Amino acid sequence: MSEQNLFKVTIDNITIDVPAGTTVLQAARLIGGQVAPPAMCFYSKLEGSGGKCRTCLVEVSKGSEKDPRPMPKLVASCRTTVMDGMEVKNITSEKVLDARAGVVEFLLLNHPLDCPICDQAGECHLQDLSFEHGKAETRYEFQRRTFEKHDLGKNIQLHMTRCILCYRCVFTADQLTNKRVHGILDRGDHAEIATHIEKSLDNEFIGNVIDVCPVGALTDKTFRFKNRVWFLKPMDAHRDCPTCSGRVTLWNRGDEVYRVTARKDQWGEIEDTPDGKPGWICNTCRFDKKATSDWTIEGPREISRQSVIAQGHYAGNIGTTKPNETFKAVNDGRTPHLLMDIHDESEVNQPNIHLGQIQGPSHGDTFNTNNTHKA
Amino acid sequence: MGVKLLLDKANVPEIRGYEVYRREGGYRSVEKALKEMNPESIVEEVKKSGLRGRGGAGFPTGMKWSFIAKPEGVPRHLVCNADESEPGTFKDRYLMEFLPHLLLEGLIVSSFALGANDTYIYIRGEYAWITDILEEAINEAKANGWLGKNILGTGFECNIYVHRGAGAYICGEETALIESLEGKRGNPRIKPPFPAIQGVWQRPTVVNNVETLAAIVPIINMGGEEYAKIGIGRSTGTKLISACGNINKPGVYEIDMTISVEEFIYSDEYCGGIKGGKQLKACIPGGSSVPILPANLLLKTATGETRYMNYESLSDGGFATGSMLGSGGFIVLDEDQCIVKNTLTLARFYRHESCGQCSPCREGTGWMEKILHKIEHGHGTIADIDLLWDIQRKIEGNTICPLGDAAAWPVAAAIRHFRDEFEWHINNPVLSQTSNFGLQHYADPIHVPA
Repeated sequence: MSEQNLFKVTIDNITIDVPAGTTVLQAARLIGGQVAPPAMCFYSKLEGSGGKCRTCLVEVSKGSEKDPRPMPKLVASCRTTVMDGMEVKNITSEKVLDARAGVVEFLLLNHPLDCPICDQAGECHLQDLSFEHGKAETRYEFQRRTFEKHDLGKNIQLHMTRCILCYRCVFTADQLTNKRVHGILDRGDHAEIATHIEKSLDNEFIGNVIDVCPVGALTDKTFRFKNRVWFLKPMDAHRDCPTCSGRVTLWNRGDEVYRVTARKDQWGEIEDTPDGKPGWICNTCRFDKKATSDWTIEGPREISRQSVIAQGHYAGNIGTTKPNETFKAVNDGRTPHLLMDIHDESEVNQPNIHLGQIQGPSHGDTFNTNNTHKA
Repeated sequence: MGVKLLLDKANVPEIRGYEVYRREGGYRSVEKALKEMNPESIVEEVKKSGLRGRGGAGFPTGMKWSFIAKPEGVPRHLVCNADESEPGTFKDRYLMEFLPHLLLEGLIVSSFALGANDTYIYIRGEYAWITDILEEAINEAKANGWLGKNILGTGFECNIYVHRGAGAYICGEETALIESLEGKRGNPRIKPPFPAIQGVWQRPTVVNNVETLAAIVPIINMGGEEYAKIGIGRSTGTKLISACGNINKPGVYEIDMTISVEEFIYSDEYCGGIKGGKQLKACIPGGSSVPILPANLLLKTATGETRYMNYESLSDGGFATGSMLGSGGFIVLDEDQCIVKNTLTLARFYRHESCGQCSPCREGTGWMEKILHKIEHGHGTIADIDLLWDIQRKIEGNTICPLGDAAAWPVAAAIRHFRDEFEWHINNPVLSQTSNFGLQHYADPIHVPA
């Protein structure tokens, strides 16, 4: 990249040089951390995605070096390309945070709060977003929009009630597969993702719609209700697959493979394979190869996302260390006076039992005080 | 009697047909443009005329035309936006129904100015019978050598196609219109790129309103400077206003933008006063999406000056005390009209017409409708008014296309100017179901600080 093609852009007072044509969102992701705006609909691997959810709105306080006027409205950072000398405010702008809180509220209006029974919980982008930018209570007092569940073929279930209409799956079905039978019906708040009249989606790569879905609207039927993602141990693995790259993440518990997904980066997007192509995986790898013997295991997968799934796995390996700010440390050596110690009341989750060392699914027996299964 | 440029021949019998239209001086502008002028000079003439887009936003047409990209070997297109779906606006319908050849004439001249050989009229699905009228007019024009190849021996080719939409308000937004014209779902595109760079089939495109394109005809015939002398300030030329609501003479009127709002409502030449001798309560001066104004702010600005029917005067005071000329859908409400019910009707419309692409508009319009429904039916609380205000604030400006703004503005203006009527509705849940808040103080002269 020659010197002329690099644009200087300042996001939240951090300056970075990026190639011309980069979007504000991608420039912010290069800086990383909290500077990167959240994105529910943008997916860098899908052409034409983005601009719809409005969570990535940012304020452009200076258009460019040539034209320093600020942009009159907040702009969607995922679809706005950088200009030389552009100054962008993300988390330093009150306006942005206010608008974003509004968008989160809008997204949650019709979203069922069924996280406790939703398979996406723990790795859900909407969960993360509402945790960061949302409010604890809702101001919506009307009935939420609901839909019947639909099966898109034997392996995928569509639960429109949870959908936030990000259009990612539509783009995926359109761009990865040959036959387009998957789109949006109706408009406004009664719009729905649908295949035209209950058709199944049968294509070797259609399973990828599950990976791109930011919420739990599209779920893997081979994994539905089998386990919570935070109980599973992600493992990088590969196999010699004739249709796809065969590079996947296995989600294991003990020796059992509970589900197979593509490898995802810290933005929840599919990682590229070493040859630079997006690492979409085929249906055979995803749905059928559910035995450890099918795979060559490379080692533990580091989950670098700020999410529940990143917690508790392989402590130390991915930077999840024990916090230093214990009660004792912050209270000048005094220990808190507990009204009740849960371990005196319940036998579950005792501090002397290391969850990581339990083989296979845990049962009540595992935690019985009489049980010898202790670390 | 004001100047009439578009509708001056509207009452001639059989003007819809080609014979009479031509006899009355039709297609003169095409002769002048193609033989005596070149595309650059036409654009220059339109710039001089100061013509502003008649579809609602009021963007200068000449400037819009000069933005069109002209890459080598790529066809350009002109699209006529006849998807007139704004509640209260029906001026284009009148124009196309009675003067179809005037639109065609404007389209041929404009196509020549833009270098567009294939030109489309995107007409709303509900105007089925007008589609037939336009098709017939196109056939007549073709038979007489005004369309097709080698028009007037100049080598210029122009074809006009009529494309019927399926009746979606959102397809009046230019990029949604383009998507729909291409045969896709009518979702607005994310801009940039603007249609002037990548429009229909990724080719440079200009989308103009029916009235704008018709106004090109008098501009060419009389010259841009002459045209600019009509009207006042930056509101040049004439404007079609479709007046409706509680008035004696609803209909389409051509005004020269120098008359006052009061004259327009009460003069016998135009609306002819409020029906049944009642009092004026409020008015939506530019189609359903512009802010509603109470009678006192409608007739006089906040600084006590007379308000005129033009772009500047109607938007005097910004949204705090003003409104917009918009697309010219002039909706008058008398003292018996309920603002809450009126706002609910508008909110229901926008909820139904939101495309559902971006979240603030998709979810926000439905939420606003539900709250307004609750208030209208006597179940509201005072907190609901503030909630409505907060919702509209979070929709406005945060959406892909202006439909979000259009849905937010009427609600915002209704609360801004008629908050006490909302409160009355909430405080009198039973009474409000059977009676009306009435005129109250909405017509009282406002105090102007010295």
